[in-house]
Amino acid sequence: MKALLIRDLRLGTRAGGGFGLGLAFFLIVVVLVPFGVGPETGRLAAIAPGILWLGALLACLLSLDRIFALDWEDGSLDLLVTSPLPMEAAVSIKALAHWLTTGLPLVLAAPVLGVLLSLPFEGYAPLILSLLLGTPALSVVGTFGAALTVGLKRGGLLMSLLVLPLYVPTLIFGAEAARRGAEGMDNGTPLLMLAGITCGTIALLPFASAAVLRVNLR
Amino acid sequence: MMPELGKYAEAVLSSYAVSIVLLVALVAMSVMRARRVRAELDEVEKRIRRNG
Amino acid sequence: MASIWQYANPKKFIQTTDRVLPWISGMAVVCLAVGLIWGFFFTPEDFRQGSTVKIIYLHVPSALMAINAWLMMLVASLIWIVRRHHVSALAARAAAPIGAVMTVIALATGAIWGQPMWGTWWAWDPRLTSFLILFLFYLGYMALWAAIENDDTAADLTSVLCLVGSVFALLSRYAVNFWNQGLHQGASLSLDKEKNVADVFYHPLLVSIAGFVLLFIALVFLRTQTEIRARRMRALLARERLQ
Repeated sequence: MKALLIRDLRLGTRAGGGFGLGLAFFLIVVVLVPFGVGPETGRLAAIAPGILWLGALLACLLSLDRIFALDWEDGSLDLLVTSPLPMEAAVSIKALAHWLTTGLPLVLAAPVLGVLLSLPFEGYAPLILSLLLGTPALSVVGTFGAALTVGLKRGGLLMSLLVLPLYVPTLIFGAEAARRGAEGMDNGTPLLMLAGITCGTIALLPFASAAVLRVNLR
Repeated sequence: MMPELGKYAEAVLSSYAVSIVLLVALVAMSVMRARRVRAELDEVEKRIRRNG
Repeated sequence: MASIWQYANPKKFIQTTDRVLPWISGMAVVCLAVGLIWGFFFTPEDFRQGSTVKIIYLHVPSALMAINAWLMMLVASLIWIVRRHHVSALAARAAAPIGAVMTVIALATGAIWGQPMWGTWWAWDPRLTSFLILFLFYLGYMALWAAIENDDTAADLTSVLCLVGSVFALLSRYAVNFWNQGLHQGASLSLDKEKNVADVFYHPLLVSIAGFVLLFIALVFLRTQTEIRARRMRALLARERLQ
């Protein structure tokens, strides 16, 4: 298991693995927003938590197809099926590796980008906390979507269509927690709901992802 | 015959029109596809029977 | 002893549905015609909503069927996963476009109704929003069916998607409720008679709902037959190519 994790991390951070692309995409989205809505500080501050959440979500989505694509192409996915490691564990490791190479950097980058959107000072802690709690769910759900479309040519667009509706609850609670925090309100409830969704998806979705992957490799 | 719909006539009529058009389109597409697939299957079966 | 599972045989399914299909579709047409004509021509106006209340005969049944179609797909997917009857998987596939159209009708009539009543076509109200999300789920489900060539693989994958999607659709419903308070009124129908809409509107509404249900059943039967035939044709052609 550890070997698989290390291998995936190495693949993910290697040049060409797409590490950094997600971060760059996040940066570009955030830079483009003021061009779209105008540079007024007040307006930007009001939408900053939502934009940062949305940007992180899209950056996460963009990097999903490489969870299985490389392994599918060189056949190591078939090896994974025949290995003694249960499929559910392998899928969870894959999701963890994706989170470590995509989700975590996004969380760390978000405060820096918050400055660009003039996020109020009180907003940083809730933003980081909500992203920290929410992005694992994005990775796990995304792994399910990637497993569904693994063998398909041009599966990327289809995967977006499948995964985005599944992201709705996470986005709602995450952005709500960040927004309430930025406005100085109590954000305990959305944070708890967000944590609940993350725990639930981590506990249950790997079974679905593993089942789907088995079907796809049949 | 036509009931008096008052100032909301447009809303009522357009929602009936939209719904009926959508339902008829759905039914028409289902029936047409059913006919086409049935005919194609018949043809294929006939051909296969002929060729043994 | 006849059991429901004998209809899992595609041939038997086609025979039986062929026999009942004319009756069901006839009844659907009659119920729809009676319900809608009764509702449109012979019901009074609501004292607050004016004539827009007549939209209820389309809005409520289509919204009901939009949800019930998904539930039917969920049950059919479960049957496919557990017992692996092809008819079940194909019925779920057949129901999806019907559900999607019902969702569109519910959203469209709702928007048209909302314009005069709330002064806006669209509001990010929980009910409206969750219907929009439901529509996205339908789109994804149909796209996945269309994308995969192997029938059994497609059935497996879409069933799992339907199960997972159901959980997330439910989650979204509550998330959306939490996120925004709504303009939409509460349920129009409930077993609690007190809370129901008035009788004059209630009876034609029931007929109309019956019409929508029957129409849904008829369409599912017809489309499932089509899917069975299409599947058989693909199998025959594949065998032919092998020889």
